[in-house]
Amino acid sequence: MYLQLWRQTHVRFLAHTQEKFVSNKTENAISVLVQWTPFILEGFLLNLVISFLAMTIGTLLGVGLGLMRISRRSYLNNGARIFIQILQNTPWLVILFAVMFLVPSQFKIGGAQIAISGWVQATVGLSLPIVANVAEILRGSVHSIPSAQWEACDSLGFNRRQALSMIILPQCYKRMLPPWMSWYAILTLATPIVAILGVREGLGSAQAAMESAGGKPEYLMPFYGFVMILFFIYIYPIARWTKWLEQRVSQ
Amino acid sequence: MTAAQMCESMIVIRDLHKSYGNIKVLDGIDLRVDKGKVACIIGPSGSGKSTLIRCINALTEFQQGSILVEGREINDPKLDKLALRRKVGMVFQQYNLFPHKTALQNVMMAPIHVLKQDRTEVECRARSLMAKVRLQGKENAYPGELSGGQQQRVAIARSLAMSPDVMLFDEVTAALDPETVKEVLVTIRELATDGMTCVLVTHEMKFARDVANQIVFIDHGRVVERGEPKSFFDHPQDERTSKFLDKVL
Repeated sequence: MYLQLWRQTHVRFLAHTQEKFVSNKTENAISVLVQWTPFILEGFLLNLVISFLAMTIGTLLGVGLGLMRISRRSYLNNGARIFIQILQNTPWLVILFAVMFLVPSQFKIGGAQIAISGWVQATVGLSLPIVANVAEILRGSVHSIPSAQWEACDSLGFNRRQALSMIILPQCYKRMLPPWMSWYAILTLATPIVAILGVREGLGSAQAAMESAGGKPEYLMPFYGFVMILFFIYIYPIARWTKWLEQRVSQ
Repeated sequence: MTAAQMCESMIVIRDLHKSYGNIKVLDGIDLRVDKGKVACIIGPSGSGKSTLIRCINALTEFQQGSILVEGREINDPKLDKLALRRKVGMVFQQYNLFPHKTALQNVMMAPIHVLKQDRTEVECRARSLMAKVRLQGKENAYPGELSGGQQQRVAIARSLAMSPDVMLFDEVTAALDPETVKEVLVTIRELATDGMTCVLVTHEMKFARDVANQIVFIDHGRVVERGEPKSFFDHPQDERTSKFLDKVL
């Protein structure tokens, strides 16, 4: 289909030297895009909401899982390890489908029916890979603290919990921040996959807008380009900031 | 050993053996350090000095033998390690200060959180310890802002804040610039003069000679020779001792 489309445009471009015709079409497409911009922005807002919530859930549970992972109790440690490995090695889309399938779309508390909308399920689904990766970030940064710090704690009579909470973890936050932010960027860029589950976010809104406006092929570039620019404007500063923090940590 | 002698002894080590896999690190060490005395452990690198000192506060486990600290056996599965470590201070070669805490906070943390002492009292004592190690005015500096010698003195103050009965020093001047070595040694000497029981692993022979009551020369995990500093350095009995001293003096 795309090939056909490309050919059509190409042929048109070559055959018609009427550039006016092309530019008219583009102008038309852009004015349609302007009309639909609020609608697409509203959809994009849902991408941001999903990314915030999934990251928050993912971080809270991820820290818990990470602490289990560094526990000296082997059942906690091994349980966490297996859970992390499963989540890290499953495609996000598969996780999403699994959550959709496993989490009911409505349930009853007492007499009240509570519906769970698709975007909430999607948020839970997207938070799961974050849980695993935050847990791994925590484990990695705890291990990166020199063992001499543990020995200093031992020699002063701190127990393991005190050493971890007062000495080791406070030194980890700075090291955890850059990879944590990278995962936030990855997560945000992945949010459009929830469109597949029928959640109307930025990309889905753009597609719906194009269809409503007549589904003309010349809409494709401006509409998808617009979505791309939205993500770029949001993610690029985060990426730069992450890089800057990384350099500061390594100094 | 009589009961009176036991009473005077802070640390009694008998027939201590320790190995990593097939490699024997300590091969039957005996050592006694009396209350208020200073023992200096010297020897070539890899001779087991650091391992020996780390056994005393249970940072390292050992397979065979016995260590009594104030009459408490360390080679005991039921040993309360935390209680032991509250009584045995340790200072490391690389200082190992907590980099995210100021000098004063480094000194205050263990008394507040481990001994559960009152914060204002601890702070008062921490400030006087900072003065004792001649770091007045550096209370709010972070370890990264201090020189090696200053960091090491903070580390000493941090250990002293626990009011230990024994202090272990593991090559504490080995990582320092020559000009800061002295300030750390002065601090340790003052401690010894105050009557603190000290066990030092050191390469500072002159300092060992001045401050120690007992020099212990270790090689290949065994005590080769021991004695009073004067006779040890002036008239070494064992050939290996004289060879070692020729190299380092």
